Amino acid sequence: MWRNIKVKNIFKRKSSKEIAKDRLKILLISDRVNCSAETLEMIKHDIAKVISKYMKIDANSMEIQISKTGSREKGNLNPVLNANIPILDMNK
Amino acid sequence: MSEVLVITSGKGGVGKTTTCANIGTGLAKMGYKVCMIDTDIGLRNLDVVMGLENRIVYNLVDVVEGNCRVKQALIRDKRHSSLYLMPCAQTRDKSSVNPEQMVKLIRHLRDIFDFILLDCPAGIEQGFQNAVAGADRAIVVTTPEVSAVRDADRIIGLLEAREFDKIELVINRMRNDMVKRGDMMSATDVMDILSVPLLGVVPDDENVVISTNQGEPLVGTNTPAGKAYQNISDRVSGKDVPLTMELGQISFWTKISGIFHKK
Repeated sequence: MWRNIKVKNIFKRKSSKEIAKDRLKILLISDRVNCSAETLEMIKHDIAKVISKYMKIDANSMEIQISKTGSREKGNLNPVLNANIPILDMNK
Repeated sequence: MSEVLVITSGKGGVGKTTTCANIGTGLAKMGYKVCMIDTDIGLRNLDVVMGLENRIVYNLVDVVEGNCRVKQALIRDKRHSSLYLMPCAQTRDKSSVNPEQMVKLIRHLRDIFDFILLDCPAGIEQGFQNAVAGADRAIVVTTPEVSAVRDADRIIGLLEAREFDKIELVINRMRNDMVKRGDMMSATDVMDILSVPLLGVVPDDENVVISTNQGEPLVGTNTPAGKAYQNISDRVSGKDVPLTMELGQISFWTKISGIFHKK
């Protein structure tokens, strides 16, 4: 049991202040992205329409969401729109 | 030259009313004509913090409804003759006043006073809309806690959308001993997250409770919070008071603790 506790980990432990800062940075990004569910639904509908021109997709199981990427240390987390579109047939 | 400031926070219980009472008293001590308006209809508190609860006859709702003249609803402070309070109704709800009526009232008061301070209710509903409607500047009060900082960020977003001249931050209930231990966000940490200019940092001080018990704001007294509120009042009035008292000490300790808490 004692073998699992490494001396390094004691020094690596984050202070509660660091935890608070990290949590806030993530939290505020989703708060600041002011995008309603209806808008997202409209975007989803329009994307499906465009892609359908070129290939056969499963519009019903398609997913879109706004998340954040970038490096947390540098503090430049940016919101990103992710679309997950299952393709049924590459050639229409 | 009259300036209208709204004191707001989003989250309740972070010290909006205390901050309002102390800035108002601080400005009045400098000789300015100051009017404080409590806009928290139904949950008024500024009157008790100021120790003026026994003098209320008319209130904000009476004024906007035309039941009395503006001057009849203004209560003169016990200690400072240039400080006035307009209380709000305790038995009505927030919808008794609308933003247009507030703008009209403030336009009238601008001719009489140098500073008009609006004590905003918690939340972002009607009461908040009323309080921010007639203001040029905003003071956002927060504490170094996740919940309060989150709400402050939301409020700052709403204020930015309304194109305020100035949005400044007051961080209340700072505990330097906890900051040194790395268990509380420092003023610099909170500023990094909210990216709004800092107006002042008020230490967590038991004298604030004592002064509220007595109904006498502690600005200018020889207490940690009294000194901090004096600095804040000076800055509000336009004096250039460096932030060394607030940031100098803290940043030194964050440097030290940073050595031990490196990732």
